[in-house]
Amino acid sequence: MNIVVTVKQVPDTWAEKKLDAADKTVDRQSVDNVMNEMDEYGVEEALKIKEAHGGEVTVVTMGPAKAVETIRKALSMGADKAVHLSDDALHGSDALATSAALAKVISTLSPDIVITSSEASDARGGVIGALLAERLGLPQLTQARKVTVDPASSTVQIERLADNGYALVEASLPVVVGVVEKINQPRYPSFKGIMAAKKKPLTTLSAADAGLDAAAVGLAGAASTVVTSEPAPPRSSGTIVKDEGDGGTKVAEFLAVQKLI
Amino acid sequence: MAEVLVLVEHADGEPKKVTAELLTLARSFGEPAAVFLGAPGTYAKAKDYLAQFGAAKVYVAESDDIAGYVGAPAAEIVAGLVGTASPAAVLVAATADSREVAARIAAKIDSGLIWDATALTPELVATQGIFGGSTIVTSKVTKGVPVVVVRPNATAPEAAPGTPTEQIVDVVISDAAKGAKIVDRVVEAKSGRPDLTEAQVVVSGGRGLGAAEHFALVEKLADTLGAAVGASRAATDAGWYPHQNQVGQTGKTVSPQLYIAVGISGAIQHRAGMQTSKTIVAVNKDPEAPIFEFADYGLVGDLFNVVPQLTSEIEQRKAG
Repeated sequence: MNIVVTVKQVPDTWAEKKLDAADKTVDRQSVDNVMNEMDEYGVEEALKIKEAHGGEVTVVTMGPAKAVETIRKALSMGADKAVHLSDDALHGSDALATSAALAKVISTLSPDIVITSSEASDARGGVIGALLAERLGLPQLTQARKVTVDPASSTVQIERLADNGYALVEASLPVVVGVVEKINQPRYPSFKGIMAAKKKPLTTLSAADAGLDAAAVGLAGAASTVVTSEPAPPRSSGTIVKDEGDGGTKVAEFLAVQKLI
Repeated sequence: MAEVLVLVEHADGEPKKVTAELLTLARSFGEPAAVFLGAPGTYAKAKDYLAQFGAAKVYVAESDDIAGYVGAPAAEIVAGLVGTASPAAVLVAATADSREVAARIAAKIDSGLIWDATALTPELVATQGIFGGSTIVTSKVTKGVPVVVVRPNATAPEAAPGTPTEQIVDVVISDAAKGAKIVDRVVEAKSGRPDLTEAQVVVSGGRGLGAAEHFALVEKLADTLGAAVGASRAATDAGWYPHQNQVGQTGKTVSPQLYIAVGISGAIQHRAGMQTSKTIVAVNKDPEAPIFEFADYGLVGDLFNVVPQLTSEIEQRKAG
């Protein structure tokens, strides 16, 4: 099974996230950056499929030079090799351009399964799986909380999360799978894994190497633009009351005064 | 006036409230044209609702191929309609399914995509709260027909009764779009409560509940208020409540009139999914819990005393 898993380096959830004042892209310089937490579930699922059915796991990311840290993490978890698409021209790419660029790289890897996670914590679009399926012309098995691969019939079945349950969705390989958190318990890299990761093959591609048109990616190729940006009005704390035995009644009074009940 | 395509959000034909919101929004800058995509026989249930909320036209596409495959058939149909109708914009509700369809539409028609808009001007400038609502941006599409994914509760639905013209869409789905086949739909929890993202009131429970069975307290309070039930990540990670109900950075984002957090500390992960709620009430025994830094009304106390008392107090007031 040839498995490709996409990862993204994002500002740490606990960091104060900002837009760059000049070009209104996510400020990735002034914060700690980590692997998008949801992507850990994607990497774990890729490794589980490999462990069950054999094959190879290739990590693909697009991002600045330091995104190599996130690649290293995925390799230290157990992925076999990585491709890093990195070019100043890609800075400011929107989801549409990012998906096109990733699809171009992924298609050269001829995967059986492309795994992505349901959203990145910086942009929270939740669309990359659908876009990769669209770009690659592959079945869209996104919002998966369970993935079952059947090599004998070359099919994949998932439980797709729905509001009141799930849909059972089936497709023939190759496919794009998008996983949600709780699908598995991502492993921590072992010391051995961390050491081994340093020797694993890593290919770095420029936009030109990947055959991308520089005008169609990055800020130049973005199909939408941020007009204004400002901090949300701060939410100040209101009334804090200690329960003296009538706390529930007090809350009800507050709700009544606010005409909420 | 150019058409504005509105993708109808529905469950087996029963329209969701967000559809009326999108039609209301569409009317502010164009001619609302509802696009109904569903299994054969489902449109009949949506027809009156769409007329009531001012659809000037309805494109009706009913086919087992639409309901039977994930995402791609819907995107193919809407992209086709964009080609023939040349609309001013395409509006889609910010649900898990529809945002994926919206993205595929934007890719197909080579247009820009904006997601999670909480407002949209007639000039198609969208407002979005990013980074969990801590930064407010306005943005606009600069290429093609804007595809805008709009959050529920972005606008109040206004009725505008009329008689829309109906155009039956000849549904022909490519084989390529029939890759991800839905072989079964399994209902695990039918609560009868409102949708979490659409609800005007949300009551959420967290770590402080201590056990799955204690969510009954949260559910009872929610039912008294006609509210949806949410859960913090700690509660869903512990398996106390379904993942579908998770509110926060890796779960759903809600923006109700009233949000009641029960036994939730209010860490940044949770805050990102609910801090744009109009009024926030918190019950937590820890006076240092971060949720008290941004709650409008915070009660420091034992939820096992406070919540039942609150529930019965609301019941009494309603009865009185």
